[in-house]
Amino acid sequence: MSLTLLNVIVAVVIAIAFAAVNAAYLVWAERRGAARIQRRPGPNINGPFGLLQPPLDGIKLMTKQLMIPGGADKILFMVAPVLAMAPAIMSFVTIPFSAGIAAHNMELGVLVIFAFASMGAMAILFAGWGSRNKYSVMASVRAVSQNVSYEIPMLITAITVVMTTGSMDLKAISMAQSGGFWHWNIFPSLHSPLMPISFIIFFICSLAETNRAPFDLGEAESELVAGFHTEYGSMGFGLFFMGEYANIVIGASLTTILFLGGWDCPFGMFPGVWWFLLKIYLLIATFIWIRWTFPRTTIYGLLNLSWKILIPISLFNLLLTAGLLKVF
Amino acid sequence: MSAPIQLRPDETFILNVGPQHPATHGVLRVKMQMDGEYIVKSETVLGYVHRMHEKMGENRTYAQFLPNLSRLDYLGALGYTHGHVLAIERAAGIEVPERAEYIRAITVELNRVASHLFWFGAFVMDLGGFSPLMYAIQDREHILDMLEAVTGARLTYCYYRFGGLYNDVDDNFIEAAKRFIPRMRKSLKKYDALVTGNIIFRKRLEGIAPVSAEMCRKYGATGPVARGSGINFDVRKNEPYSVYPEFDFDIPVYHECDSLARYRVRMDEMEQSLRIIEQGLEKLPDGPFMAEKKPKTIKLPVGDYYQAVETARGSFGIRIVSDGDKNAYRLKLRSPTYSNMHLFDEACEGMLIMDALAFMGSLDLVIPEIDR
Repeated sequence: MSLTLLNVIVAVVIAIAFAAVNAAYLVWAERRGAARIQRRPGPNINGPFGLLQPPLDGIKLMTKQLMIPGGADKILFMVAPVLAMAPAIMSFVTIPFSAGIAAHNMELGVLVIFAFASMGAMAILFAGWGSRNKYSVMASVRAVSQNVSYEIPMLITAITVVMTTGSMDLKAISMAQSGGFWHWNIFPSLHSPLMPISFIIFFICSLAETNRAPFDLGEAESELVAGFHTEYGSMGFGLFFMGEYANIVIGASLTTILFLGGWDCPFGMFPGVWWFLLKIYLLIATFIWIRWTFPRTTIYGLLNLSWKILIPISLFNLLLTAGLLKVF
Repeated sequence: MSAPIQLRPDETFILNVGPQHPATHGVLRVKMQMDGEYIVKSETVLGYVHRMHEKMGENRTYAQFLPNLSRLDYLGALGYTHGHVLAIERAAGIEVPERAEYIRAITVELNRVASHLFWFGAFVMDLGGFSPLMYAIQDREHILDMLEAVTGARLTYCYYRFGGLYNDVDDNFIEAAKRFIPRMRKSLKKYDALVTGNIIFRKRLEGIAPVSAEMCRKYGATGPVARGSGINFDVRKNEPYSVYPEFDFDIPVYHECDSLARYRVRMDEMEQSLRIIEQGLEKLPDGPFMAEKKPKTIKLPVGDYYQAVETARGSFGIRIVSDGDKNAYRLKLRSPTYSNMHLFDEACEGMLIMDALAFMGSLDLVIPEIDR
């Protein structure tokens, strides 16, 4: 009994540490990547290649006073950043990094991650409403409508994968794709010829779900100042920031597991956690690359894309896969 | 996209955009009555950087007032000082050597390219794309370096004098300018590939914020804003001054009236400015850079003088009423952005806030120039 409890505590601590380190160093990677794209040096003063920048930023944020604007809803204002960070960390618990490394494997892993992911919208809504700032409210309304409309195609494509694999267990989904890249879900198979399109839909949706550019309407800085976290300073802002990057890691991990074979090696050799990490960091690099290349979409363009293009295609794909599964 | 929903004026709220807001690029305040994300009514509030330049012009001698002009528009300062020296020279009957006029044209056009480059970066940043700003600033940096070498300033130039220039350009400047032209042409192609062809960028600008030619005339809009609405008016062609008649260049005009048209006008104008610089460098005559016969203190004869020049933002006019004294009896500056900005209130009604702020970016507002 006590051993299982210990196990769970260790697993959760490792999950939190992984999330926090990733969040901190992805900020660094993003700033360096953006600098590389924009032909400037980026953070390079503190430590070699500016590698001490994230801990110093963390110290700065933690030592600042947490200001609560007058007229704000204190409880919602304080809860929102925690709510942004906590579900992201909890999602790490179910992710299998390799055949042996997973904090706690669950049979309904896909469902658990989607359940936690949808709590992120709540954090944004609370933050916007609690700040009592018009810009924040507008931003949170935008972000919530965005999250709701992108969760649907994301879930539908996830269901397509679940149908072909026959399991909601993330580990089982990864195992089913092992043995070389031609087994991966991203490539069209007999049962689901439209899988590459599903992958693109899933990737776009995970960009939108994490409020990343070109879908960063919730924090459109040239329109809504800083969006839902306008009023946040100190670690309140820090938690939102870390939550965003933790969510990016979750999105990349989920994409890797569902479509790119998880920890499987493309050539069928040495499968292991390194392949998993390589894949998610490649996806994250793509996220960063996209952010610094594209301008922001409009809110109607964004919703039109989801409701008029992504949802019909993913629904058609779902029906096609279901039909083919029945036939073969 | 015009308003697809019925606006309900009873369920609105007031949104203060500015005076400190990242989209206004300065201390402009826009009071917007909003229905959700739709603008019901908007009111621009000015005066946050009012420095009484016109009044200063009445208290100082004409020469003392010259540096003030470059504090109006910090992105395209040379054009404004050009207007002032032209007005005084015409009124006082000072003959300007040809070399000085050519150098003026070259530096003004360089400054126009610098101004448009900065606008380009800031505009794409308004739309959420941050990287083009850095590329644009790098190109602009070359221009600022060149101008710094001849004028001694990077932003608030006071290079022109009544009757000529503060000093002559050297070979380094001419070399640098000659090297700059092909590099800039290459950059323009790159911007076209990176930004103009981007699908998100096009969707955000095409058909958004139509400003009719009639509306431009109503508010007195000039410059790229008017040319984006199909009005073929450019002071350099319509009321030629300086040595502009000597140059072969086109005035880009687009008839789409939308934000993309205004964007295209400015991008094409950079190309045309490069053409002018190229020709200017080729034709640059030798000779003095300062008029030999020039009164020590400038006193204009009694009268009413007006001189318009085409700056990066539109037609800038300076009106001087003289009573024969060392300083003006009345001095009035007609700044182009002031007129262009007033389009905003009428045109943005019923627009989404994000489209409206993109529209504001396409107007190329420089706030110190509006407030003077």
